[in-house]
Amino acid sequence: MKKVVKDADEAISDIQSGSTLMLGGFGLCGIPENCIDALIKKGVNELTCISNNAGVDDFGIGLMLKTRQVKKMISSYVGENAEFERQLLSGELEVDLIPQGTLATRIAMRGMGIPAFFTPAGYGTEIAEGKEIKEFDGKMHLMEMALQADFAIVKAWKGDTLGNLVFRKTTRNFSVPMAKAGDITIAEVEELVQPGALDPDEIHVPGIYIHRIFQGEGYEKRIERKTVSLPK
Amino acid sequence: MALDKYGIAKRIAKELKDGYYVNLGIGIPTLVANYIPEEIEVIFQSENGMLGMGPYPTENEMDADLINAGKETVTVLPGGVFFDSAESFGMIRAGKVDLTILGAMEVAENGDIANWKIPGKMVKGMGGAMDLVASAKNIIVAMQHTNPKGESKLLPACTLPLTGVGCVKKVVSDLGVFDIKDGAFVLLERAPGVSVEEIIAKTAGKLIINGEIPEMEA
Repeated sequence: MKKVVKDADEAISDIQSGSTLMLGGFGLCGIPENCIDALIKKGVNELTCISNNAGVDDFGIGLMLKTRQVKKMISSYVGENAEFERQLLSGELEVDLIPQGTLATRIAMRGMGIPAFFTPAGYGTEIAEGKEIKEFDGKMHLMEMALQADFAIVKAWKGDTLGNLVFRKTTRNFSVPMAKAGDITIAEVEELVQPGALDPDEIHVPGIYIHRIFQGEGYEKRIERKTVSLPK
Repeated sequence: MALDKYGIAKRIAKELKDGYYVNLGIGIPTLVANYIPEEIEVIFQSENGMLGMGPYPTENEMDADLINAGKETVTVLPGGVFFDSAESFGMIRAGKVDLTILGAMEVAENGDIANWKIPGKMVKGMGGAMDLVASAKNIIVAMQHTNPKGESKLLPACTLPLTGVGCVKKVVSDLGVFDIKDGAFVLLERAPGVSVEEIIAKTAGKLIINGEIPEMEA
């Protein structure tokens, strides 16, 4: 079983223009920095990107927007990005905005082999337009479909050569459900270890979901909003 | 005098009960965490995937891997726990979160809320607001009573695209506290020094005033 690849360039080498990608992270927290850089270097375009946010102007998916590689974003919140706003208003970029829980669950359902589910989120709003509506226990629900992606790209804290992943703090966010949902899932990790080095009781994503893994380098881990308390 | 944003947050903090799991939205709701009565214990849920959210870190404690749903650096309290976003919204949808406090651009007398989109202007997205308002057991809105043009944000019906329908139970504005009940705003308390007449003048939706309305306790 060979899941380990050399670096991000090798991991994304077969991603073609027009592909649908899931990109893990919440804001800039836990984003796959190495693979985003590699996608920019490779220059693939017409991408559909499923990601909770679209990065900021000069980091994360924002970098791929700047190079005009993204045709469509599927997200829940896309503020804080001037280039995004410009492309959206000029019609260069398509955007599908989805309630955050619905987005997370549409991704998670793909990883569970469930094609659709019902949620009350968005009932009575423009999100409900054109969707099947059904009442359960006196409450109205919308039918939402699982989301497919050709590739899911996530960043974990540690991983072993079999693809088992462990995340740190709030970086699990969309990365865990995406890791399980990709037709092909690529994981970049801060530390790649041998099988047995991770406690089986503490693995967040079992390796069965992961197709390629590599140890990334040079993580910037930029913070979007530095908020501090005064020292005690 | 009308309340400032700290005053609104302080008043909402009185609605918290011991043992509550609470989700705080961005803006004034975030400030509520500063005014929790000492005798009660509440646990804050951040929908990106954390229970037991603590205060902002010091410069030295700051960790890029630890943020809240507003993408701000935060800390985690002892007993806190991390999970993924799908699980986070699972617990929201399943009604495990006792109280959601969020801001709004408009609230209607039937409990409808609009807070995510102004057509023709930039659309940033709804984030987790639609999921939260559709499933929370109790929703309190924290907001200014009027918009910057001086127009009432408590309306007969929302004019902006809706975030959720018939879900808001209570509004705390800079002018007063209102229950939403049977298709009307029921005035419960006035902000210190604010008259019932001023509240009537600035509330476009149906307003119910039963007897003498007490002034909010400081």
